[in-house]
Amino acid sequence: MTDDGTQTAAPAAGTAIGAVPVGLAPNGQVREPLLEVSGLKKHFPILGGILRHRVGTVFAVDGVDLTIARGETFSLVGESGCGKTTLGRSLLRLTPPTAGRIVFEGVDVSAMKTADLKPLRQKMQIIFQDPFGSLNPRMPVSDLIGEGLIAQANKENGWKDRKVRDQRVGDTLEAVGLRREYTRRYPHEFSGGQRQRIGIARALALNPDFIVCDEPVSALDVSIRSQILNLLVDLRHEFGLTYLFISHDLSVVEYISDRVAVMYLGKLVEEAKVEDLYSAPKHPYTIALLSAVPQPDPRVKSQRLVLKGDVPSPAAPPSGCRFHTRCWLREQLGNPARCVAEEPQLRALEPASHRVACHFADEVSARTVTSAAEEQARTGAAIAAG
Amino acid sequence: MTETTIAIEQGGGPMLGVAPPEDVLLDVRDLKTYFHVMDGTVRAVDGVSFSLKRGSSIGVVGESGSGKSVTALTMMRLLDIPPAEIVDGEIWFDGRELVAMSDEDIRHIRGKDMAMIFQEPLTALNPLFTVGDQISEQIQLHMKVKKREAWDRSIEMLKTVGIPNAETRVKQYPHEMSGGMRQRVMIAMAISCEPKLIIADEPTTALDVTIQAQIMELLKSIQQRTGASLMLITHDLGVIAEMVDDVIVMYAGQVVEQGHVDEVFLDPRAPYTEGLIRSIPSVVGRGRRLKAIRGTVPSPFNLPPACRFEPRCDYPWDLCRATEPELYQVGAPERGARCHLYGPAGRGHRSPVVGTASVEGETESTEAARPDAAQVFLKSEQALEDRRQ
Repeated sequence: MTDDGTQTAAPAAGTAIGAVPVGLAPNGQVREPLLEVSGLKKHFPILGGILRHRVGTVFAVDGVDLTIARGETFSLVGESGCGKTTLGRSLLRLTPPTAGRIVFEGVDVSAMKTADLKPLRQKMQIIFQDPFGSLNPRMPVSDLIGEGLIAQANKENGWKDRKVRDQRVGDTLEAVGLRREYTRRYPHEFSGGQRQRIGIARALALNPDFIVCDEPVSALDVSIRSQILNLLVDLRHEFGLTYLFISHDLSVVEYISDRVAVMYLGKLVEEAKVEDLYSAPKHPYTIALLSAVPQPDPRVKSQRLVLKGDVPSPAAPPSGCRFHTRCWLREQLGNPARCVAEEPQLRALEPASHRVACHFADEVSARTVTSAAEEQARTGAAIAAG
Repeated sequence: MTETTIAIEQGGGPMLGVAPPEDVLLDVRDLKTYFHVMDGTVRAVDGVSFSLKRGSSIGVVGESGSGKSVTALTMMRLLDIPPAEIVDGEIWFDGRELVAMSDEDIRHIRGKDMAMIFQEPLTALNPLFTVGDQISEQIQLHMKVKKREAWDRSIEMLKTVGIPNAETRVKQYPHEMSGGMRQRVMIAMAISCEPKLIIADEPTTALDVTIQAQIMELLKSIQQRTGASLMLITHDLGVIAEMVDDVIVMYAGQVVEQGHVDEVFLDPRAPYTEGLIRSIPSVVGRGRRLKAIRGTVPSPFNLPPACRFEPRCDYPWDLCRATEPELYQVGAPERGARCHLYGPAGRGHRSPVVGTASVEGETESTEAARPDAAQVFLKSEQALEDRRQ
C-alpha cells in the first residue's frame, strides 16, 4: 500500500488493501459525501377486498438517515424482510420513496421527475443478486451490456456508433475478467460466476460513480464467491467506485466494508466503522446477530445468544423499540417500560462515528452478555422458539 | 513427511460383503450412483466411502453438483431408477446392507431408523394436510399405534422441538407457519420414530442467521438427548465446524479429503480443501486478498481425465493429468486426502500444507509470485474451452 493514499489499479495479491480508509482523504479529513439520505421512508400498501382498497401498510423502510462518502464501501446488513433491498432501490429511485430526501452529488434526487433522472442513471448502477434471473436469455452479451450504452448515448461519448459501443463492451468484459470474444454469446452459455461478471460489466460499462451491490455473491458457490469479491475490490480501486453493499452474510460484509449499518424492521439500529462494529457492537440485536454466525474455526467456541421467535411483521411493527419483543438485554434489565413506550433514536457514542438506536446501549458489557448467554444455557431458552 | 502412503480405499477399507463391527452404524463403501440422461452419463457419486459410528456425527461439505445430496438420497433409496443407477458399492446400515434390499424392506427403515430433514421445508411438506396429520401418518405407519396415540405423540414431538402452543399448531397447515417454524416441524417429523440416523440436507440454508442459530442449537440438543447419529450436508463451512465430529469434503462426485473436523479445518491437505478454507472472508481477514479457486466446477459430462481438480489446482504436475489420485492416508488412520502429493510419487514435490493458522504469517513472496487473478481466470477458461473443443 502506498503511503500517499493513491490506489493501485489491482493491488498485488496478499498485500493489505484499504489500509488507508478510502472514505478519508490522505490528510485524514472526511471526503465529500456522495450520497446523503434523511428521513427516507418507503411504505407499501396492502390491498384487500373486492375493491382492492387499502387495508394495511408495510413499513418496509421507515425513517432512515445515512451518509455515504465518495470512495467508501458502505454495507447494509439485516435479515430478510428488514428493508435493506427496498432501501437500496429507493436510493436509485428504482422505486419512488414515500417520504424523505436523497441528495446525490449535491443534487436532491428524491423529488426529480423520472425524465430528469436519465443522466443520473449513468452515475448510479445496480448489481443484482440472481445472475440467472437478471439477464435476458434472448439477448447476447453485446446487447446486455450495450443496452445501457445506447440509452445513455450522446455526442460526447459516441455510444450510438456500433463500433465505439462494441469497443466499450469489449473493454468492460476484459475489466471483469471475461474474454472480448464473448460478446456474441448468450447467458445460458455461461456459469453462475461468469454471469455475475456480466452483471457487473453491465453496471460498469456506463462508468458510474456509485454502485448498489444487492447480495451480489449470495447465489454463488464458495469458490466462485471469492473470485467475485476480489473482482469487486479490484474494480473499486481501479475505477474509484463507491459501493452500497447489501448482504445478509456478516462475514462477507466484514471483509469488504469500510462502514456498516445494521437494519431491523425498516430502521437502522446501529451504524459504525466496520472494525468498531465487529469488535465492540453496542446494539443488542447486532450482538445477537454476530454471535449467531457460525465460525469456520473449530477452535472458536463462541458464546451464543439465540434470539427467540421470528422477526415481527413489518406491517405491524412493535411499539417503542422495534426489537423489544426479542431483546435479551431488556430481559436482563428487568423489562423496563421505556423500551415499549419510547422509540429510540440513533445517537452517537464513543467514537462519534458509532451510532446506535438503543436506550440502554450503555448497559451492554461483557457482564450482561455473559449472564444472558448463561441464563439461556441454563433454561434451555435457546431451543424454545418462545 | 512421515505419512504412510497406503490408499485408504484399497488397503485400509473393510472387506466387501462383510458387515462392519457393531459400533459402526453406517458404512458406505465405494458407492457409485450414475444418472443416464440424454447427453450421456453423469457420474454423480463416483466411489464414495465413509463410515459413521453410533452416536457420532459426520459432515459432508461440497459445492453444488459435488454429489453430496445424491449420496444421501442414494442412502435413503429415494432416487428414481432409471435415470439413476446404483452402479456399485455397498451401504451397511445398522448391520444390514441397503443397496440390494427390496423396496418393501427399505420402507421399514426409511423414515423410521433413518430419517431425513430437507432444505426447503415448504416443498418438503404437503400443503394440503395439517402438520399434525403429516407427523402422525408416519408414527402410525412405523410404530403401529392407533390414530389417537399418534396424534398425541405428534403434539409431544412439536413440544420437543420448541414450538409454542403445540396443541394449536398441530392443527395448522404449513403455510400458516414461518420458515423457522416449518423447519422445526420437519425436525419433529424426522425424530418422531426415534431414528438411529438423522440425515440433514442443508437444514439451515434457507433460513436467516438468527433462525439458523436456533435450528443448529435444536439439532445439537436433540442429538445429545436421543443419542442418534447425524449426517449433516451443507456448503457452509461454519456450520460444519460447529456441528460435527468428522467431515468429508466432496468434489465432482468424489471424496477429496476426510478426517476429524479440527484437523481438516486447521490443516487442510487436499488443495481443494485448502482453497475452500482460504476463500472464507473471516478466515482470511480484512484487507487481505481472498483465495479464489480459479475456473469453475467441471461439467459432469466432461470431467478432467485424471485428477478432477487438476485444471483449478495450484500445484499440478504431469502425473495429475496422467493418473487419477487415490484417497491417500495422511497422518491419522482416518485422515485422507485425494492428491498425488500424498501418494508414492508425491515425495519431493512441493507440499501445499497451509493451514488456517499459517494464513496470518504467510509471506508475500508466495502470493506475489502468482499471476494476477483475472489473468489466471482467463487462462483457465481458455484451458477449459480448449478441452471442450
